[in-house]
Amino acid sequence: MTATTGAGGAPELLSSPAAPPEPPEALEPAALVEVDGLDVRFGSGPGQVYAVRDASLTLTAGRCLALVGESGSGKSALARALLGLAGPTATVTARRLRIHGEDALAFRPRDWLKVRGRRIGLVSQDALVALDPLRPIGREVAEPILAHRLLPRRAVEPAVHALLERVGIPDPAERAHSYVHQLSGGLRQRALIASALAAGPRVLLADEPTTALDASVQARVLDLLGQLRADGTGLLLISHDLGVVEALADQVAVMREGVIVETGPAAEVLSRPRHPYTIALLDAVPGRRRRLPVAGADTATAATAAGTADRSAAPDDRSTASGATLEAPPLLTVAGATKRFRGSRGNRRTAVDDVSFTLRAGETLGLVGESGSGKSTLAGLLLGLIDADGGEILLAGQPWSGLPERERRARRHLLQLVPQDPLSAFDPRWTVARVIGEALRTAGVERRDRHAHALTLLEQVGLSSVHLDRRPLALSGGQRQRVAIARALATRPRLLVCDEPVSALDVSVQAQVLALFRELTSSLGLATLFISHDLAVVREICSRVLVMKDGAIVETGPVEQVFADPRHPHTRELLAAVPGEIGRAYRARFEAGHHQRPPETGQPFFQQPSI
Amino acid sequence: MKVPSLRRPRMPRRLRFPYLPRPGLALAAVILLLFVVAAIRPSLFTGSGPTDGDLLETLQAPGGDHWFGTDQLGRDVFARVVHGARYSLTIGAAATGIGVVIATVWGLAAALGGRFVDALLMRTTDVLLALPPLLLALMVVLITGKGVVGVTLAVAVSAMPGFARVIRGQALVVRRSGYVSAAIGLGVRRWLIAAWHVLPNTLAPLLVFATVTLGISIASASALSYLGLGAQPPTPEWGAMLTEGQDYLGQAWWIAVFPGLLLVVVVLAATVLGRHAQARSDGRVWS
Amino acid sequence: MHPAIRPVALRLLGAVLVIWGAATAAFGVLQLIPGDPVNAIVGTHALVGPEQRAHLRAEYGLDDPPFAQYLDHMGRLATGRLGDSYQLQQPVWSVITDQVGPTVELALWAMLSAVVLAVAVTLVTSGRARWPRRISSLLELVIVSTPPFWLGILLLTVFSFHLGWFPVADTGDPRSLVLPVVTLALPIAAVLTQVLREGLLTALEAPFVLTARARGSAEHSVRARHALRHASLPALTLAGWFVGTLLGGAVIVETVFARSGIGRVTLQAVADRDLPVVQGVVALSAVVFVAVSALLDVLYSVVDPRLRRRTGMAAA
Repeated sequence: MTATTGAGGAPELLSSPAAPPEPPEALEPAALVEVDGLDVRFGSGPGQVYAVRDASLTLTAGRCLALVGESGSGKSALARALLGLAGPTATVTARRLRIHGEDALAFRPRDWLKVRGRRIGLVSQDALVALDPLRPIGREVAEPILAHRLLPRRAVEPAVHALLERVGIPDPAERAHSYVHQLSGGLRQRALIASALAAGPRVLLADEPTTALDASVQARVLDLLGQLRADGTGLLLISHDLGVVEALADQVAVMREGVIVETGPAAEVLSRPRHPYTIALLDAVPGRRRRLPVAGADTATAATAAGTADRSAAPDDRSTASGATLEAPPLLTVAGATKRFRGSRGNRRTAVDDVSFTLRAGETLGLVGESGSGKSTLAGLLLGLIDADGGEILLAGQPWSGLPERERRARRHLLQLVPQDPLSAFDPRWTVARVIGEALRTAGVERRDRHAHALTLLEQVGLSSVHLDRRPLALSGGQRQRVAIARALATRPRLLVCDEPVSALDVSVQAQVLALFRELTSSLGLATLFISHDLAVVREICSRVLVMKDGAIVETGPVEQVFADPRHPHTRELLAAVPGEIGRAYRARFEAGHHQRPPETGQPFFQQPSI
Repeated sequence: MKVPSLRRPRMPRRLRFPYLPRPGLALAAVILLLFVVAAIRPSLFTGSGPTDGDLLETLQAPGGDHWFGTDQLGRDVFARVVHGARYSLTIGAAATGIGVVIATVWGLAAALGGRFVDALLMRTTDVLLALPPLLLALMVVLITGKGVVGVTLAVAVSAMPGFARVIRGQALVVRRSGYVSAAIGLGVRRWLIAAWHVLPNTLAPLLVFATVTLGISIASASALSYLGLGAQPPTPEWGAMLTEGQDYLGQAWWIAVFPGLLLVVVVLAATVLGRHAQARSDGRVWS
Repeated sequence: MHPAIRPVALRLLGAVLVIWGAATAAFGVLQLIPGDPVNAIVGTHALVGPEQRAHLRAEYGLDDPPFAQYLDHMGRLATGRLGDSYQLQQPVWSVITDQVGPTVELALWAMLSAVVLAVAVTLVTSGRARWPRRISSLLELVIVSTPPFWLGILLLTVFSFHLGWFPVADTGDPRSLVLPVVTLALPIAAVLTQVLREGLLTALEAPFVLTARARGSAEHSVRARHALRHASLPALTLAGWFVGTLLGGAVIVETVFARSGIGRVTLQAVADRDLPVVQGVVALSAVVFVAVSALLDVLYSVVDPRLRRRTGMAAA
């Protein structure tokens, strides 16, 4: 991380030979990109659709404008139009489109080539596919320099190394020869940023730059982008994640169905939104509904404050439920569960390492950890889809793990899975009626009663009879997840295992599905194991939490306690990495305590085991 | 020990559906239908029989009386070609059908039968795929002897290993899919899962693949007949007709050219329909 | 075992298994053939007495129990002895070496022209303009659907019989190679073009191409530096597969154009039930397959770094 400030010489080195003419009034923030009344349309004739309608914005040096909206709102189309890359089927019109003072509406293809990479750089989502997997990253970073003929050939390599160093990639000379697949998620994204910076553009379009990353890596990449902004780069940050926006943006523009509905200074829009859509969007963010008091110097008081404030402010039925569950017998008892997988070269990897916990009726238990920490394997063990190598799992006091499938089958209705990706969890040829019918059949519901039962279940999850004849592909993401929940409930389970059930959903849909979860679990008295990488979600819906790292449980306790006073360093790291409000408190404490973020290393490669 | 597999890298199975003028697809369907009718009732198209020769009218050029001309024995080439549709279509369809049935059993056994069965069957498949398909077909003809039955089996056997791989691969994908584990989680019985989920989702892409292969099977069967291993003269099989006609290329090109032309048309129609089915099924689910 | 040796050893073992399997399959076919194998040796034209038959039977080891014959056969194969042809009165080995030359010549030229043609057509027809692509893909579809033997006959009719540009049969004249090469190469080129263009168009839609364009790279540079390399991966697989099928193609082409070569030998051996020759050809095919597979693996890892085996530590 030291490199980010230490290698400040890199940009000068690159931009000095052919620097864009500096505006004379260098002290005033210069408008680098001015957009007024921009439309992006796809297709032609009556079938024409607007991806962007009448959008106006200005990008200035050293400032970050965030474009916020849910998927399909036209954010990316707008960004591509700024590069002249909206695509052959798109029509781009505007009242005014100026890039570095030049009129981009009059650009010919040749002029656009001069803008791309040189005036405006692009950083996309997921560097694994955004960088050419067949070329070493050094060549990728060098490409803009060569395309714009900025340096003589022999000077390219040192320049590439300087760029890699500037974005915080250690051993740049060596890493320049690495391929994308050999780098960790964070380093990849840094390499992508380096390639966008290589020709010295003063504007960077960052299209969901941290979406594919784990929370702690995300935080570091955001640090880097913040650094670039401080160095004078104008940023257009495109994101659906308000936490990310809050961490970086000076200005916010909220986009919905191609139209910018609200715009203003970040602090103002995020704290006092005016447009109903912005309000709904903000309300939907997990963790926003229940605010964490600003962490004081004394963490212990903060913890109690957080606990009491919450209980008094929102006396939800969870606190009473958790009181009741203490007497209830454990529904699920896991003792020393262990699972090892054989690696690619015969070495064994422990995916689940001596995990023990209990889950009582009515309790919602969170399981958090980064990807690859073994959460999904643990879910497979609990569901009896993967055989454990050691330890014991009891279900309702009876043996469960290690049973022959024949005996286990009779009791499978007791616990059900709500999957991360419901689309792949449904037979693509089957209608919703048949999907739920299959579950009802195993629950012993007679054929003639199934239709009525299915309807009841659908109504329970907020759907109706019109959805019965749909196939999974014809449903929206939120509807699919509701059907998955309906199917899980069809067998009248006592325990639900939810594996990242809302991580694939847009925030507003996510909020609705989470509300449904809360309502169903409390009204049906279900025990729930809620697996998530998203701490804000866990904090919102769980009463107790397990923190998992490298297959082992490193910390466990009531949610309030773990969030207020995390004991294990990994828990602290996870919390500090949450962008936005929740994380801010921990980051402040983190830095006050002179904690260093551990150096970024490669995450262990984790192959999802077959079931 | 894990038996190493000499894996042939996966063939690209998906091709962008080629551009076709709008009526192309319907035309292909109509053509294939016409050929099927010709195979069932050749008398609807021609009055003369395939072996009715008139030695006074040998090697007549195409014209009013004989659309496709006559051959060295004075037989009407058009009549022979129409009657030949029966052989080419039947052999091609039967070979594809037999190949699909064997491959289904073979591939499902490999995918669901445990590690040893899988290794045994798939290594055998590797060996069969290592040999050129035509050589494989020739070896089958060695066993069965020349003739229509032999050629049908030969084409079936040479197509089978490819089918078996598709089946096994698809069955493995389905078996590891979220909906099969969901069914296990619900407590659905094994055989019901196999019948409801694994079999239908495995067979659908195979049937599409088989449609594409139908054209290739028809062409392969004709090639074997051309080489003198299948239908024997005077049977009006298209490949066999080509062999006869090749001796007269210099004087009477029509004897060899017309059977081949119809062969191309039929294969083309089958390929177009198959690719279309493939494109549709890919677009729907299996991408 | 040393980590670097293990994959090589596994490959070698796999190669041996394929050749062994192919040889075993050929032996199995021999056992399954109905009738007396001596008939194949003496042919149909000769009248041979029972004593002579018994003599021949003993000479070729046909009296032994099948398993002993199998071991004997494999033992000879392992030491490179392929036995004697029943019909041609010479060792199978020399039959193959005598005839392999013209076939290799034909196959190499065909493969080379197919690849060159495919790459050229792909580059010309994958641009913005739609019509070249449409015409080309329609043409490819027709060529793919054309059985090679008819294509050969058509070319012969037009260019040899009617136009007289090329000789009708193999005269040793280099011009006599042209039509056979075209017959063999056209279908391969058509399929290769389909796959290459498909790969190119798919690659041009990939996110890394957007990144490259956003850097200011010109369209030709995007194609040359990024897309073509990605497109070549599936085409490479296909090209390798076609090398395997070239023997089958040679059988057809050599028959149509009355050329000598391994294809004709194979067909004749099947017609005459000359089993040692068939076994020799099967063994040859298996060896070619193994060699091509190994070559493909090397080419793959050259093109795609993701397929290179990680030696030493993986970069973090």
